[in-house]
Amino acid sequence: MQVKEYKPLIVAFCCNWCSYAGADLAGNNRLNYPADVKIIRVPCSCRVNPMFILRAFQRGADGVIICGCHPGDCHYTSGNYYTRRRMAALFSMLDFLGIEKERTRVEWVSAAEGAKFAATMNEFAQTVASLGENKRLEDLRCKK
Amino acid sequence: MQRVGVFVCWCGSNIAGTVDVAAVAEALKNEPGVVFSTDYQYMCSQAGQDIIKNAIAEHNLTGIVVCSCSPRMHEATFRKTAAAAGLNPYMVEIANIREQCSWVHKDMTTGTEKAIILGKAAVAKVNLNTPLTPGESPVTKRALVIGGGIAGIQTALDIADAGFPVDIVETKPTIGGKMAQLDKTFPTLDCAACILTPKMVDVAQNEKIRIFSYSEVEEVGGFVGNFDVKIKKKARYVKEDICTGCGACVDKCPMKKNPNEFNLGMDNRPAIYIPFAQAVPKVATIDPNACNMLKNGKCGLCARVCAAGAIDYTQKDEIIEEKYGAIVVATGFNPISMEKFDEFAYNQSKDVITSLEFERLTNAAGPTAGHLERPSDGKSPKTIVFVQCVGSRCDACSEKGKEYCSKICCMYTAKHAMLTRDKYPDTDVYVFYIDVRTPGKNFDEFYRRAVEEFGVKYIKGMVGKVTPEGDKLKVQASDLLSNKQLHIDADLVVLAAAIEPDKSARPLATMLTASMDTNDFFTEAHPKLRPVESPTAGVFLSGACQGPKDIPETVSQAGAAASKVIGLLAKDKLTGNPCVAHSNELMCNGCSSCERVCPYGAITYEDKEFRMPNRTTKIRRVASVNPAVCQGCGACTVACPSGAMDLKGFANSQIIAEVDAICK
Amino acid sequence: MNKNFIQEEILRSSGVNPKKCMKCGKCSATCPAYDEMEYHPHQFVSMVENGDIEPLMNSKSLYRCLSCFACIDRCPRSVQPAKLVEAVRLAVVRQQGKNHLTANDIPELIDDETPQQLLVSAFRKYTK
Repeated sequence: MQVKEYKPLIVAFCCNWCSYAGADLAGNNRLNYPADVKIIRVPCSCRVNPMFILRAFQRGADGVIICGCHPGDCHYTSGNYYTRRRMAALFSMLDFLGIEKERTRVEWVSAAEGAKFAATMNEFAQTVASLGENKRLEDLRCKK
Repeated sequence: MQRVGVFVCWCGSNIAGTVDVAAVAEALKNEPGVVFSTDYQYMCSQAGQDIIKNAIAEHNLTGIVVCSCSPRMHEATFRKTAAAAGLNPYMVEIANIREQCSWVHKDMTTGTEKAIILGKAAVAKVNLNTPLTPGESPVTKRALVIGGGIAGIQTALDIADAGFPVDIVETKPTIGGKMAQLDKTFPTLDCAACILTPKMVDVAQNEKIRIFSYSEVEEVGGFVGNFDVKIKKKARYVKEDICTGCGACVDKCPMKKNPNEFNLGMDNRPAIYIPFAQAVPKVATIDPNACNMLKNGKCGLCARVCAAGAIDYTQKDEIIEEKYGAIVVATGFNPISMEKFDEFAYNQSKDVITSLEFERLTNAAGPTAGHLERPSDGKSPKTIVFVQCVGSRCDACSEKGKEYCSKICCMYTAKHAMLTRDKYPDTDVYVFYIDVRTPGKNFDEFYRRAVEEFGVKYIKGMVGKVTPEGDKLKVQASDLLSNKQLHIDADLVVLAAAIEPDKSARPLATMLTASMDTNDFFTEAHPKLRPVESPTAGVFLSGACQGPKDIPETVSQAGAAASKVIGLLAKDKLTGNPCVAHSNELMCNGCSSCERVCPYGAITYEDKEFRMPNRTTKIRRVASVNPAVCQGCGACTVACPSGAMDLKGFANSQIIAEVDAICK
Repeated sequence: MNKNFIQEEILRSSGVNPKKCMKCGKCSATCPAYDEMEYHPHQFVSMVENGDIEPLMNSKSLYRCLSCFACIDRCPRSVQPAKLVEAVRLAVVRQQGKNHLTANDIPELIDDETPQQLLVSAFRKYTK
């Protein structure tokens, strides 16, 4: 049997107004980050339903990161405050379920912070890789 | 099942350099729903767009996925292409394989692999897309300006100038606001009345502008383009259209001892009054708390002297209902109460006054006809102490004042000090300051002139306490630069009181569902880029209701707000963003969670009749989203415990499909 | 004892954050004992902030503060200079070691010259 090199699978939810633009800027400046990170565009970080995160972990994601506008800069005034509170609760519950806190993260990235986006993703991918594969919540029934 | 077409763009070598585009097109061919897949050098070019259009027609596509640059770049382009080919523009999804793939990865294998996954996610999403049509709503071409100070006046004039009708609602019997009470304006020292009153006359004569003075906004309903507003016109017991403003009634009224609000209570006015000579509308108003006729049914003198027969003791409050397309808030500010600052003896001595009272004392139309006299004994003061930052820049837990800098005090204090020294050179004028903040055109030069040319004594330090003793005010203060405690026998102490938003702002914000900060200043939609818009669509901000401002700033903001209003009213119809929330009434349990998180007040609850089994009906309370107000953030979709709320274009099922496609 | 340690002790025991001070000088403006002092209330605040504690501990100003709390009441930034003065006093007492008063010693020390305000403020301070 051939041993495959372990590559973590990371889902990044980025808000359309700040973080998605920040990710685009990282691309414009050709700043590398691992291809393990796949971005899903949402209108606001507050659109991220805890269900999506659970689904990702069930389907075998190794890490989930949510990026939004900086507090006070939300395009919709208050969306990222909801995210902050909801995710604090969700992440501690996930921690209780055995999904280490390092696998989940909320990060504020503005449209001007391409470098921050790339650095965050590099660092997060490394952290997740060091934790190894997520087995605790992986639900084989969800895998087709 | 959708019929999906996939179009992979090379973007020259930008994508093709790191992503094997042909392989991506090939791999996506086998995804569910995909009936056509191709690649091309430049999808956004005319030729590329033609490929898309032809494919839509040829293969009868119901959805397309373009694997190209960021949707922030060309989503609009490809939506237009789709629309031109007769496809609903919201059936287009973009897989971002340039900014978020080819440009950040160096290796062809990695890049291709990731591009395929991103493409699969987009295909999975488009399979669940539904055609969306942006809602349209008509625009009522009339604006409401709440507040008739310089901010409201300027906004109304600018909107009317563009040809749209405007109504001004002002709680006082006259428009003019705070500026009408000022004497001179910094830094040019023109007289406030000389530059304001012509504008007030312009407002009165402009046929596009209606003034509802002595009126209040009672209720606001509706949304951008279609506000329904109820305005309460308080009974002034004088027929506005008949009164000529001759003032005969004012002279004859026997109830003369009522504190004059316009002069901040420093003199008296009769029960029937016109606030000041240049009032607009120049119409008398009866104070029902002072009038003997209204209180006891005895007197009626004013009705007898009124040649025009304008007095009407039976007048009642009147409710006016009107539709508006846009609302401008210009509720302004007030100085804070000095009650909690007892160290300055404001309540103990008449000779301790606020700066606004000082304005009235030096104003030629004020209680002293412009002669600077002490309110207590009418003597002219020889030593005047000005205290800055009274109640501004306080700690949050001090509970006495405000945390912010009130911005205008440094300049008006310099103005007061300078004018006093100019008119009464034998007066000693001290200004106690913490910092002198004079950013603004010709502002610092103005302050330096007060010091260098007019000999105002600026002392870095604060006044600690003021004690009335005999006919003097003992001022104890610190001089930090010479490290001394000073004891000054002053004749007049002037406090630069902090300013705060008008008390009417908070209930108004609730009516408008416009957000406010902790200090009750209205919040702007974006602190830098959208400074005159409230986050609530159709509500605009003008003047000091948004934050402390001087007159030049207020006027420029008023103009900016007007231009935004004109931009809105110039449209015949408002096209909304179709990606809005919607609630599944059958699943909604009426819990109000969504209503509470909505920053725009787009969600309301209504009682609806539902058919139940066994031919019964039941009335349930369910959420309903106003698509014209919803901005599509999605906060409600997550707050909804029953899963009734969903967001069009970013539906739960669509995002989960993306997650599934990525995590395979 | 090193300088930083004393500074930390003073900040901790007083609960005062001198960084909140905006240097307006209202504390010194309001101080009734200003002329008796070598270092004035606003200087206490900035000297503690800068760690210049030695001169304060050796200064007679420390004992001229009446603890009338006017500065605390009027400080717009809620800095509480009088509490800092008290904390510096406490630091001196602690440095001297067993130099505490017992309750029995107090009546003897009170004479006609002790200002009433001092007694009142002492009660206010220690009975809260």
